[in-house]
Amino acid sequence: MNFFLQLLVSGLVVGAVYALVALGFVLIFKASDVINLAQGELLLVGAYVSLALMASYKLPFIAALVLTILFAVLLGMAIERVVLRHFIGEPIISVIMVTIGLSSVMRGVIQMIWGTETRTFPPLFPQEPVYFGPVVVSQVYLWSLGIALVLLVLFTLFFKYSSMGIAMRATADDQQAALSMGISVKVIFATAWAIAAVVSGIGGILLGNINGINSSLAHIGLKVLPVAILGGLDSIPGAIIGGFIIGVLESLAGGYLDPVFGGGVKEVAPFVVLVFILMIKPYGLFGKEEIERV
Amino acid sequence: MRNPFVMNCGVFTTSYRQDMAFHFTPLAHLRVMIIVALLFLFPFMVNEYVVSVANLVGIAVIGALGLNILTGFTGQISIGHGAFLGVGAYTSAILTTKLGLSFWIALPLAGIVTALVGSIFGIPSLRLKGLYLAIATLAAQVIIEFTIIHWTSLTNGTRGMILPAPQLAGYSLDSDRSYYFLILVLALLATVFAFNLFRTRPGRAFVAIRDRDIAAEVIGIDLFKYKIMAFALSSFYAGIAGSLWAHYLTIISPEHFTISVSIEYLAMIIIGGLGSVMGSIYGALFMTLLPVLLRTLAEALSSIFPDIESVFLGLREAVFGATIILFLIFEPEGIAKIWKNIKDYFHLWPFSY
Repeated sequence: MNFFLQLLVSGLVVGAVYALVALGFVLIFKASDVINLAQGELLLVGAYVSLALMASYKLPFIAALVLTILFAVLLGMAIERVVLRHFIGEPIISVIMVTIGLSSVMRGVIQMIWGTETRTFPPLFPQEPVYFGPVVVSQVYLWSLGIALVLLVLFTLFFKYSSMGIAMRATADDQQAALSMGISVKVIFATAWAIAAVVSGIGGILLGNINGINSSLAHIGLKVLPVAILGGLDSIPGAIIGGFIIGVLESLAGGYLDPVFGGGVKEVAPFVVLVFILMIKPYGLFGKEEIERV
Repeated sequence: MRNPFVMNCGVFTTSYRQDMAFHFTPLAHLRVMIIVALLFLFPFMVNEYVVSVANLVGIAVIGALGLNILTGFTGQISIGHGAFLGVGAYTSAILTTKLGLSFWIALPLAGIVTALVGSIFGIPSLRLKGLYLAIATLAAQVIIEFTIIHWTSLTNGTRGMILPAPQLAGYSLDSDRSYYFLILVLALLATVFAFNLFRTRPGRAFVAIRDRDIAAEVIGIDLFKYKIMAFALSSFYAGIAGSLWAHYLTIISPEHFTISVSIEYLAMIIIGGLGSVMGSIYGALFMTLLPVLLRTLAEALSSIFPDIESVFLGLREAVFGATIILFLIFEPEGIAKIWKNIKDYFHLWPFSY
């Protein structure tokens, strides 16, 4: 039972970070119908930039965080302007491939600047673990959970009440109608990319704190994809719930099935579940079904 | 017969047969013959290293043709092609080493087994399309990779497998030159089959499904049957390519069939030209030569920039991505289209129209 609780808790914590990264996918998809397979690299950039600021320039964490966020905003907007703007209304395979190309470029540049060896963050949070009865959780995880939850709530409120959030939802719904109401779709797209880059950057800092950073951290992008798909690509609550489901699933599968299969179940379990869920609900749990006519 | 050496200015066909012909002029026919003959003489004109690169190109051509049938012609995006190559390679390796079968039996069996596996992973395509299907094939990639790594009793897991080079009439095809002819013959067969496929009923059904699947269904195309058929055919090609690759390398491990291989194949067909048979060949050639050229360039520049070696891997990755992006922005129809534009220009040259 304790083992189960332990797995459950760590699954929930990892799930919160997944949800945060999945939010990046959903934001971009909602605003521009693009699925961004370079999400993992955005995360990596965020992690490396903040690490460089803290380790090489000895900035305090908060200053590094603010600068990282600024950098992520600029990066997101630049990517949208330079690359993705050409792909509005292009076939889906072009869009998928261009983000794959983008991820390759970013990974290559990161490797050229920072190399491939794993680097560790200077510890941001206290080291001693916290005990909840029998369950042990290290503080990094708790902080990550907290930050992820705060951000998720902020974004939900942002979409519900701010005029920018409402404009983004309107654009997602119908670009033409949004344009005729005086919403600049270009600004919306740029904002979506900026926010997605920021969200992933923060996710990168959190994950970097947990595991250290090397270029394989970018695989998290592919790992979070099932999260976004599971919840439905255009649903924010879907991303959050999907994140927790996949996080817990992964943790339980890893705990109970790894001894049977000899490791690695964590990586496949989300995809196996995903295929079955997609067969039953092709648009994910909360996704909007598109009706097609000839 | 018309003089074959006059400029081909405008093409006038007067019968359906002529319209469907591959070679509009005797000159075009002759040109294909010369190219094929040159391909057979090629290994005697260059050194061993060039032949080894050519072998990789040939294997990539077969794989890329398969992926183009599925993605370029049928519109089913697959991010799992690398894993299907792996299924072919491992089937072939298991059949030849564990069961002691000859390569010549293992090769077609590898194709058939991969076709079966491919059709199983193609089943979701009935309900999923576009993005969601791409993710389902990504799942296929992850699941197959997992199976290869963890079914150690069959595949030796991460330690990989060692397999023999094929024998032909008591003669081992273990040198680059001898293997070249095997690859060349199979690549030519694969190309001819692909060309003709799109003149048949299933081939046209594939194209109809790509263009508008609901409309295709309305005119009586059995979507499920043809989608699965496209997956099976594409995987068959992948299986053959995988088996050839395995017997060429003679050592395979799961690292040879990762998602980056899948992405490389997608890049081949995008850069070469989606929905173009020749495009698959150009793309395979381009993507195989790109790292080779970069490596040569890096070695040439290493005297000027001594630290180029340390950043080479990153550089290669970045150039790879940038090539994809630039092609998608400036010529989404790929090298095949560029080549066609050049040919069209000279069809009418020196007149502009």
